[in-house]
Amino acid sequence: MAENKNVRYLNPIAIDTKNERYCRFREKGFKYIDYKDPDFLLMLVNEQGKILPRRLTGTSLKYQRRLGKAIKKARHLALLPYLADQLR
Amino acid sequence: MFRNRYETVFIITPVLSDEQTKEVVKKFKGLLKDKGAKITHEENWGMRKLAYPIQKKSTGFYYLVEFDAEPTTVLPFETEFRRDERIIRFLTTKMDKNHIEYAESRRDRESDRREKPKQTGAETQA
Repeated sequence: MAENKNVRYLNPIAIDTKNERYCRFREKGFKYIDYKDPDFLLMLVNEQGKILPRRLTGTSLKYQRRLGKAIKKARHLALLPYLADQLR
Repeated sequence: MFRNRYETVFIITPVLSDEQTKEVVKKFKGLLKDKGAKITHEENWGMRKLAYPIQKKSTGFYYLVEFDAEPTTVLPFETEFRRDERIIRFLTTKMDKNHIEYAESRRDRESDRREKPKQTGAETQA
């Protein structure tokens, strides 16, 4: 029994520790994120209109920065709301 | 002379008639031409619903202009937007090379999209 426990402890299950992430922008070869396309930007925003964090979307830092700028421009032009109740 | 590519989106009040809106668009395009800018592309998005009310208005007339100009022309151009009370919002962005590339590919897609709905529209009518 004791030996069995030790073996389990030494070999943690691989599925739990490895969580593969990908950046959708990098994967699809985006060069520019357009602020004029509110339907697309809506996917990266929660239902209150807040920008989704990187830890949820898996976006790389470079594109998250550009995305933030694009969303803010879109908000200025009233293509996206600054605050909302029930987006989607 | 050193030139940049810029893109301006502006929103005109919905209270104006069609002719008056055209006049506003014409005025600002004329302004650009006077300053020696070259308009490379323009887009009329028409009436759109705003995501939130601006000056108690829930719709606006969107227009996009893309132009090549010297950097010094942009500031007076924007002051003119601020002075004109028929404009409710505007945004000018300098385009880098990726943006220009994207804009050109977008134009191709847009023209495709514009052609397709016409066909489908004809089908539904028939």
